[in-house]
Amino acid sequence: MAEEIKPGLFEKGGKLYWLHSSIDAFDTFLRVPGTVTFKGAHVRDGIDLKRVMIMVVVALVPAALFGMYNVGLQTSTLYGLGWGFWQMFFYGLLRMLPLFVVSYIVGLAIEFASSQIRGEEVNEGYLVTGFLIPLIVPVDVPLWMLALAVAFSVIFVKEVFGGTGMNIWNPALVARAFLFFSYPSSMSGSSVWVSKTWVSSLKDVDAVSAATPLAIAHDGGVEALSSQYSFMDMFWGFIPGSTGETSVVAILLGGLLLVWTGVASWKIMVSSIAGGLLVGWLGQLAGATTLPCYYQLVMGGFLFGSVFMATDPVTAAQTEVGKWIYGFLVGALAVVVRLWNPGYMEGMMLAILFMNTMAPLIDHCVVSVHTSRRLKNAKA
Amino acid sequence: MSNNLALKKGLNVPLSGEAALEVIKKVSPDIVAVKPTDFKGFLPRLLVKEGDAVLAGSPLMAHKNNPEILLTSPVSGTVESIVRGEKRKLLAVLVKAGSKQEAVDFGTKVPSTDQEVRELLLKSGLWGSLVQRPYGVMAATDSTPKAIFVSSFSTAPLAPNEDFVLGESLQDIQAGVNALSRIAPVHVSIRGEKASSTPFHKLENAVIHEVTGPHPAGNVGVQISHISPIMKGEIVWTVSLLHLAAIGHVINTGKLDLTRKVAITGPAANKTAYVSCLPGTPVSEIATIAPDVRVIGGDALTGENLGKDGYLGFFQNQLTILSEGYEREWFGWAKPFRPKVHSSSWCYFSWLTPGKKYAMDTNLHGGPRAFVETKCFEDVTPMDIFPIYLIKACLAGNIEKMEQFGIYEVLPEDLALCDYVDPSKNEIQDIIQKGIDLMIKEMA
Repeated sequence: MAEEIKPGLFEKGGKLYWLHSSIDAFDTFLRVPGTVTFKGAHVRDGIDLKRVMIMVVVALVPAALFGMYNVGLQTSTLYGLGWGFWQMFFYGLLRMLPLFVVSYIVGLAIEFASSQIRGEEVNEGYLVTGFLIPLIVPVDVPLWMLALAVAFSVIFVKEVFGGTGMNIWNPALVARAFLFFSYPSSMSGSSVWVSKTWVSSLKDVDAVSAATPLAIAHDGGVEALSSQYSFMDMFWGFIPGSTGETSVVAILLGGLLLVWTGVASWKIMVSSIAGGLLVGWLGQLAGATTLPCYYQLVMGGFLFGSVFMATDPVTAAQTEVGKWIYGFLVGALAVVVRLWNPGYMEGMMLAILFMNTMAPLIDHCVVSVHTSRRLKNAKA
Repeated sequence: MSNNLALKKGLNVPLSGEAALEVIKKVSPDIVAVKPTDFKGFLPRLLVKEGDAVLAGSPLMAHKNNPEILLTSPVSGTVESIVRGEKRKLLAVLVKAGSKQEAVDFGTKVPSTDQEVRELLLKSGLWGSLVQRPYGVMAATDSTPKAIFVSSFSTAPLAPNEDFVLGESLQDIQAGVNALSRIAPVHVSIRGEKASSTPFHKLENAVIHEVTGPHPAGNVGVQISHISPIMKGEIVWTVSLLHLAAIGHVINTGKLDLTRKVAITGPAANKTAYVSCLPGTPVSEIATIAPDVRVIGGDALTGENLGKDGYLGFFQNQLTILSEGYEREWFGWAKPFRPKVHSSSWCYFSWLTPGKKYAMDTNLHGGPRAFVETKCFEDVTPMDIFPIYLIKACLAGNIEKMEQFGIYEVLPEDLALCDYVDPSKNEIQDIIQKGIDLMIKEMA
C-alpha cells in the first residue's frame, strides 16, 4: 500500500512531501529501505535500530505477561473473588491494554509530529519507551494522567534535545517521575497498587489497603514483611507493585536476552546489583534495617530498573569503565534512599535519573584519565 | 616494544567470492589512466600534452608546490587525452600503449644514502607510494619519518593473498627494504598465524612484527598504534608491500614496472581469480561486468566506487564486485531469521553459522539515526582510543579534542568496520576524513 502512493505525492516536490517522515516511517516499517551505500563501507551489517529496539520489547514481554497475570491475581486475592488463572490474566490484559494504547498513541503522535518538523525519519526509540511506561506505573492510574505524563516526557525530555539518542534522561522514568511529583495520591500510598476499577461487584467497595513489600518493610522491618510475604513470593512476583516490576524471574528472563544479544550492558546490571547488595549489607550492619541485603533485589523496582532502565544505552555511561561506576552508583544510591529516607521508600527511579545526569561526568573523568595515561605512556 | 601483537577486537566480514589462486589472464590494455586523484594532497601540474610520446617511467605530472614530485607513466606510448572534471580539475591522463614497450632506464646503481634513495623515488614516480601519517597524505620531501611501516598482509574482506601475489618478488621487496632503511628504520608486520610459512619473515634490515587477530589487524595504522603510537609532531611513513616490490624492481633492473596481480573478488563477480595488469587499466578489461553491479577498487569496506568505465587505481590490487541492493525485503527487521543477511550482532542468528560466507549487496539495511549503541564501535577497534569520542570530536570540529582522542593515529580505513556494524548507519569513515581534512587545514 504505502509504496503505491509514495511516488509523486510524497516525493520531493510532491504536494504532500511535508508528510514524508510519516510515510517513510510506515513504509520502512513494512519493508527494509532500498537505500544503497554511497560513501564509506560498501557493505553493511544487517542490524538496524528497529531490530535493536524490538529486541528490548521482546525482552520486556515476560515481565509484561507475568504482570498482567499478577494484576488479576492481586485483585482476586485481596477482594476474595476466587478467579481462575485465565480470568486473572484476562483481567490484567484488559486493564493494561488502555495504558499501552494511550502510551503509544500519545507518544508516537508527538514523535511523528516532531520528526515531521525536523524533516527526519521517525526514530524507533519510542517503541521501547511506550512499552516501558505502562509497566512502571500503578495499573489504576487515570488515563488522562498517563497521557499528560507521556506528552511531558516525550516533548521535554526527548524532542527538545533532538529526539532519540540525544536525550539526557530516560524518558520512561521521567514520565513516572512526572506522575509521582504531580499526582502523588495516585502514585503512592498503599491503596494504589491493586486494581479494582473494572470489577463491577467492587464498584461500591472501598479500596482495601495492600501495601507493597517495600512499604511493609519500611515500617515494620523483616518481621512484619515475612508475616505477609515470603522471600519466594517476592522472587516469583506474587506481590503488589507496578505491573512489570514484581517478578524477578520474568525480569531475569528478559535480562538474559538483553545480555545475550548485547543490546544492554551486563556490566551495568551486575555493578548495579553489586552496589545495591553492598549498601544493603552495610545498612544491615549499621542497624538501618533488619532486612538481609538480598531482599533489596527482590522488592520494588530495583531489578526492573537495573535491567531495563539503567542500561538504556543513550542515557547510561558510554565508556566501559564508566559503566561499572555508573551501574554501581545506581544500585548503591537506590538502596541508600530506601534505607536512610524517612518518607520515601523506593529509591530506584530517582537514583537512575540522578545517575543519568551524572553519566557524562563519569565518562568525562574516565576519558580524561585514559587520555593523560596514553600521552604519558607514549612519551615514556 | 613487543615484536608479537595479538589483537582480539575486530571482525572478519564474511563476504563471499574469494579469488581462486590462479592468474587467468594477462591484460595488456590499450589505454592506461594515470589519476592524480589517487594521491591525497597531490596538486597536479601537467608536464605533457596530447600526442606526446612517453616511455614507461616518463613524467606526466608534477606537484604544483613541489616540482620534484612526479607522477610517471606506467606504459610507453602516446598521450591520448587529458580528462578534466568540474572547474577544469585534472582527473586523469590517458596514455595509449604502444605496440613495443620501452622504459626509461634509471640505472642499476644501488642507492646507498638517504639522498640517493629519495632521488630515485622522486624521478621514478614512486614517491607517491609513500603515505605520510598523520592524515594519510603523500609524504613531504623535506620530512624525515621516525619509522617506515609496512604491513605485509591485509585482513580486509576478500583481500588478495599476499603470499600468492608477492611471494615471488621477495628479492625486489628486500631491495626496497634495504633502500628505505637508509631513510628510517623499517618495520614489517607479518601474519602471525603463518609466521614461519610466509616468505616475508625472511626479510632483513627490518624489524619484523608478528600480528594476529581479526580485521583490522592487517591495517598498518592499527599496527603502528600498538608498535609506536604517533604523537603530535611525529611523522611516520607507510608503504604497501606492492609498492615496496616496485621500488625494489626499479633498483634491481633500473626499470619501472607496476604490473601486479589483481584479485577479482566479490559475490557478483563472474569469475573470481587473479589477473595480471597495470594500475590504470580499464576495469572493463580486467573483469566481465554485469549490469546493476558496483565495481569497487579495493575491498568492500574501504574501496573506491570506480564505476563500470573506471580505471584501476595506483594503490589498488583488488576489485570487489557487488550487486546494488535496491531490493526491499518485507519485514526484514522483524523476521527472526534472515539467512541471507549477515549481522555481527547477536540480535540475529548469524552466530549460529560462523563459517558461512554471505553474498552481500550494497543495501544499507536501515536508515540513518542518531548514535544509540556505541559499544559496537569499541568491539571492532583494536586501538587504545575511544572511537565514539573521536567521532563526536570530528563532528564538532573540535581540534583540541580530536588531538586528545587520537586523530593522529587513525585514517578512515582503520574505523571502516564502525561503518559496517553501526545500527544507526552513520558514515563514520566520512566523518573521520572530514575531521582529518579540517586538521590539515587548521594545522597548516
